[in-house]
Amino acid sequence: MPALAREPVALLGLAMVAVYVLVALAVGVLPLRDPLQVSAQRLAAPSLEFPFGTDALGRDLLSRVLWGARLSIQVAVFSVAWATLVGGGLGLVSGYVGGLLDLAIGRVLDVFFAFPAILLALGIVAALGPDPTNVVIAIGIVYTPIFARVVRGPVLALKVRDFVEAARAIGATPLRIVVRHIVPNLVSTLVVQVSLALSWSVLTEGALSFLGLSAQPPAPSWGVMLNEGRQYLEFATHLAVFPGLAIMVAVLGFNLLGDGLRDALDPQRR
Amino acid sequence: MNRYLAKRLVGAVPTLLGVSLLTFLFIRLIPGDAIAARLGTSTALTPEQLASLRAYFGLDQPLPQQYWGWLSSIARGDAGFSIRTGRPVFVEIAQRLPATLELATAAALIAIAVGIPLGLVSALRPRSRLDLLVRVGGLVGLSLPSFWLGTLIIVLFSLYLRWLPNTGGYVELTQDPLGNLRLLLFPAVTLGLGLAAATMRMTRSAMLDVLGADYVRTAGAKGLAPRVVVRRHVLKNGLIVVVTLLGIQVGQLLGGAVVVEEIFSIPGVGRMLLTAIVQRDYALVQGAVLAIAVLFVVLNIAVDLLYGYLDPRIRLA
Repeated sequence: MPALAREPVALLGLAMVAVYVLVALAVGVLPLRDPLQVSAQRLAAPSLEFPFGTDALGRDLLSRVLWGARLSIQVAVFSVAWATLVGGGLGLVSGYVGGLLDLAIGRVLDVFFAFPAILLALGIVAALGPDPTNVVIAIGIVYTPIFARVVRGPVLALKVRDFVEAARAIGATPLRIVVRHIVPNLVSTLVVQVSLALSWSVLTEGALSFLGLSAQPPAPSWGVMLNEGRQYLEFATHLAVFPGLAIMVAVLGFNLLGDGLRDALDPQRR
Repeated sequence: MNRYLAKRLVGAVPTLLGVSLLTFLFIRLIPGDAIAARLGTSTALTPEQLASLRAYFGLDQPLPQQYWGWLSSIARGDAGFSIRTGRPVFVEIAQRLPATLELATAAALIAIAVGIPLGLVSALRPRSRLDLLVRVGGLVGLSLPSFWLGTLIIVLFSLYLRWLPNTGGYVELTQDPLGNLRLLLFPAVTLGLGLAAATMRMTRSAMLDVLGADYVRTAGAKGLAPRVVVRRHVLKNGLIVVVTLLGIQVGQLLGGAVVVEEIFSIPGVGRMLLTAIVQRDYALVQGAVLAIAVLFVVLNIAVDLLYGYLDPRIRLA
């Protein structure tokens, strides 16, 4: 973390991510209107009463956008946690054990790399049904091979290092070697990758819900709001502006943070 | 070069088989009965009707046998029929492929034309104002959701400036070249912006690496003009890295096209896929996913060959 303090870009990213997380956590206790409450003031422009305006059903867009943060972060966190655990685990085993197992895991993962990422996610959601839980599964599956590959490389390099040989020589079990000596050295790689994966996850959830394949109306989801707003662009441009801006702030925050972390944690790039 | 080509092609066979297996299994993921899914309804069928339909579609056979049957009919050019239109899946895809390919190609050209020069200029003047602008612009470009950018473009150019019909659309290049380009420009910018930002960042860091190399210092020390050093030494070596990374990313445009086609109402494979998903037209979904994935694998091989050509170390290794 002290290294992070020297990277203004990373700090800016951290601040944006912090706002996003805080909003998602605190939105239930904020003094907001019910995001689902319809009113007679339809398509109202932003005003003091409705800072972000209202949508076609007279719902408060500020409330809906802030509630959208919670939905978005839930999908992002669960999908990336899955990918980190499963993908990271596969990469660890594949790199450490090596041999035929490494080859077999590599071959299977190659197949997943043979699809454009968004198409793979789209296909999985199409098969499982449009629902945020299925979007978590889809994004998790898309990112699993990426984490496996990101972890496998460093593991290959680490397992032949002297301190690992030494641990093996004094009789440490493979499990102990992996947990005590290899995993701690992967943390910086993983932190960067997690941050970038979160940005992609927010972006993909937004795209899938925009296409009608994630949360369904009337849920306050950023993608759903943007899609609903498309029909009224001529009279109510604010419907297209605020939900999109929210997605971009979240994505940019994770990108800035990931980029800054990479610079801070990688001595070669300093 | 021929041996390298042969090696790459043989290496693609297991991947393609895996892709076909995954696409085949995908349709089994659908909850409920495959017959109901194929018919698109859950209309009550008697057990006898269901059994005869299962036999008709070959669903009563073991899975490996079903896969083999499906794979051999694909190889014969038969991917089944769309339940909605009743036309062969391959015909539906072939009709829409040109629009998607044109969109992706235009987006890639925009990304290269914008990304490489800006990345190079930024690397040549590190820490200048332009460099800062390129770096910030690069991250913003990466973070801009295409579905939002597309929506904003429609608001600005169709609704306010009235340069475009607000429905978007598409005319074939051969029918009306000018109209085709006019309708394609904004979708291509929308699709290409993310890749342009990525290319800019890759070019900048690749050129910075090369600029710090010993042979570049030597070239300058022996009195070559900076312009010549950049053209002969920096660009040539830096671009190998850029082409490699660009190659990995350019295929992703085929996925991104799904979103952009939907926003701008372009009748491509992506938009067809979305409609097919909504209408539960699974044969068409399966065919479209398979077609895009195969195209993606072929494109990746082509890119591999390209940098095998650019960098002899790769093809001789």
